[in-house]
Amino acid sequence: MALLQISEPGQSTAPHEHRLAVGIDLGTTNSLVATVRSGEAITLSDDKGRDSFPSIVHYGQNDIIESGHEAKLHAISDAVNTVVSVKRFMGRTLADIQSQHSELPYVLSPTENGLINIQTRHGNVNPIQVSSEILRPLIALAEKSLGGDLTGAVITVPAYFDDAQRQGTKDAAQLLGIKVLRLLNEPTAAAIAYGLDSHEEGVIAIYDLGGGTFDISILRLNKGVFEVLATGGDSALGGDDFDECISQWIIEQSGYTGDHSPALQREITRVACDAKEQLSFLKVAKLALDLPCGGHWNDTLSREQFNTLIAPLVKRTIMACRRTMRDADLSTDEIKQVVMVGGSTRVPLVRQQVSQYFDKELLTSIDPDKVVAIGAAIQADILAGNKPDADMLLLDVLPLSLGLETMGGLTEKVINRNSTIPVAKAQEFTTFKDGQTAMALHILQGERELVEDCRSLARFELRGIPPMAAGAAHIRVTFQVDADGLLSVSAMEKSSGVQAAIEVKPSFGLTDNEVTNMIKDSMTHAQGDMDARMLAEEKVEASRVLEGLVSAINQDGNLLDEAMLSGIRHAMSLLEQAVVAGDVKAIKVAIKECDTSSSDFAAMRMDQSIKVALSGQSVDEL
Amino acid sequence: MNYFELFALSTSYEIDKTSLKSKYLELQRAVHPDNYANGTERERLLAVQKAAQINDGFETLKNIDSRVQHLLALSGIELAHETQTLKDPLFLMQQMELRETLEDIPHAGDPEQALIEFQEQIKSFIDDINVKFSTLFNDGSQAALQTAAEEVRKLKFMLKLAHEAISLEEQIFDY
Repeated sequence: MALLQISEPGQSTAPHEHRLAVGIDLGTTNSLVATVRSGEAITLSDDKGRDSFPSIVHYGQNDIIESGHEAKLHAISDAVNTVVSVKRFMGRTLADIQSQHSELPYVLSPTENGLINIQTRHGNVNPIQVSSEILRPLIALAEKSLGGDLTGAVITVPAYFDDAQRQGTKDAAQLLGIKVLRLLNEPTAAAIAYGLDSHEEGVIAIYDLGGGTFDISILRLNKGVFEVLATGGDSALGGDDFDECISQWIIEQSGYTGDHSPALQREITRVACDAKEQLSFLKVAKLALDLPCGGHWNDTLSREQFNTLIAPLVKRTIMACRRTMRDADLSTDEIKQVVMVGGSTRVPLVRQQVSQYFDKELLTSIDPDKVVAIGAAIQADILAGNKPDADMLLLDVLPLSLGLETMGGLTEKVINRNSTIPVAKAQEFTTFKDGQTAMALHILQGERELVEDCRSLARFELRGIPPMAAGAAHIRVTFQVDADGLLSVSAMEKSSGVQAAIEVKPSFGLTDNEVTNMIKDSMTHAQGDMDARMLAEEKVEASRVLEGLVSAINQDGNLLDEAMLSGIRHAMSLLEQAVVAGDVKAIKVAIKECDTSSSDFAAMRMDQSIKVALSGQSVDEL
Repeated sequence: MNYFELFALSTSYEIDKTSLKSKYLELQRAVHPDNYANGTERERLLAVQKAAQINDGFETLKNIDSRVQHLLALSGIELAHETQTLKDPLFLMQQMELRETLEDIPHAGDPEQALIEFQEQIKSFIDDINVKFSTLFNDGSQAALQTAAEEVRKLKFMLKLAHEAISLEEQIFDY
């Protein structure tokens, strides 16, 4: 095949340059960052040799923000300004949070879009900002260890996270200017790490019980294909809830009836968590607590008592396993291996119940705390383009059904849970009044029949429908979920071909103003920083676009005729000039121009790769 | 879009499921958005759309009910959004009886067993319909296709019952 060599000034195709990419496990309790180095995925450690960092952020005196181990030191002494387990608040409303947590040491308030703010001495912060503070030192650690700027990161999320929770996680990384290569489901990440390491093939179950979330995923592993058959879980169930059970028991047993100051609450939680951890290897745990006014309380908690306290929670996870197995249309004897992931799978009752349900010995030999970050690092390495020969294919699913509100406050499902993503479905609507030019849609996520029992994702207004008689306009609304599990919606009036304008008002998202303010806040300083960062980001994007086009032309330039090729090359050289001139707006326009001029080429390449795939030949043979 | 062509399979009622699956995986390997993490915005969007289309095609061909509807749609008989009702009094009577049986299951002495029996009964009805459809579709005449469409309408009723039986299972066993 004739290759078209392009070597314009300042353009290097550099196909074998190693790109720096990391996998980040942004956990409820702890977070980790991992990367692939000399072909091996490893977690990165700080200068004290620690690779697991508490997901805690402290808003201290003098505008100082600390996170990780440093923040943990303030968890009890300055509980109100120290945010722990913020992942449990991501994409949640005040009502959700209050119904799940009896007492929290923070002052929470709702934002205009239904999300929450946490009041600290630095003013109000939202869960996205707090999460970005957890990510910040991890990114810094990665850039220091790897010696350069990151190309991007794969960030893991619980498989059962809904759209609002996923979007929030992605926003947290983007606040730091990090390119999110992919949001990867935690159990899927674990399966990648486990599957590539063990070379196991067949159907496996990943039971992932972390600090605040629970996932069960059933996957088929076959020759580099990781196919999620079904997933289920509870994004508000984890080890923190075990702690809360013990905490309530402590409060009852101690007979203490005075005020629960934030510091006392945190201290009780610490004692509870400590007891839980002891009971993973001891039959009886000793508990001691200093009460206000000089009182002191001592007691013991046996493993049997602990089991009774948490039995209803563990049962909920088993019910989710049962439902997920039903969705996968499998019986437990078809499961080859049950892999235990997440710190809370150390609890003996959990192991015993899961083993009993699947009727199998469990695989507990892999490090339940690191495996997710390791899997994410492997995926990041591939997505960054460091392993062009990698033959991995990841097919994940949508965890919760997407639907629309219909008459009478009911939901009608448009895309069912456990559909393989990416997925797109179209639904048709018609007008019911003469001359109607607008229409309102309400998008929901969840399994329940009533609108009020599902999560409201967005309210859309379709505008610009051409005025026609009632019922004459046919509006086709397309729902599309990408590989990250994120939804986008578009609409079109069929008979006239008019693309109806959609005004998206996410019920649980951020307003544009909030986003701008958050980016400003995250920049600690002035406008100059902001401009510099935007320019830097656009330059990175520009070089990505140019690099992509060069390698596309090198590979498939033979698909292009002379005119198309020169059109694309012209757009590329304009982009190069814009980068040199360093004007953000001009770069944006030039990127757009590159995109437009190469759109037919992109479609041709896609069709070509489909043809190749079906013929079972490699490109060279065609 | 003819999904049989997308998967390079012949347009027919019978389908080689192993071949469908392996073609599906080949196609996903080629177009999956993960291959375009460094592509242009246009390429990434195209990849998402193509991968979604391939997923939809795979689901459509894999399941018997959607496959027969797709076959009819390709022959010009669109059932997906139709509002036409069945005019087979015997079938409708049978539906009412089945529905009553389903409603009574929670009150049965052994609801679990009653549910299993009900599900088996529905399955055998579905199998019957599929055999009839296959013969009619292979006949290929316009009249036979119209009758085939009638069978698919019946199939939809049965599948709805099967689906409700699963919901009931969830309720009874409190999933």
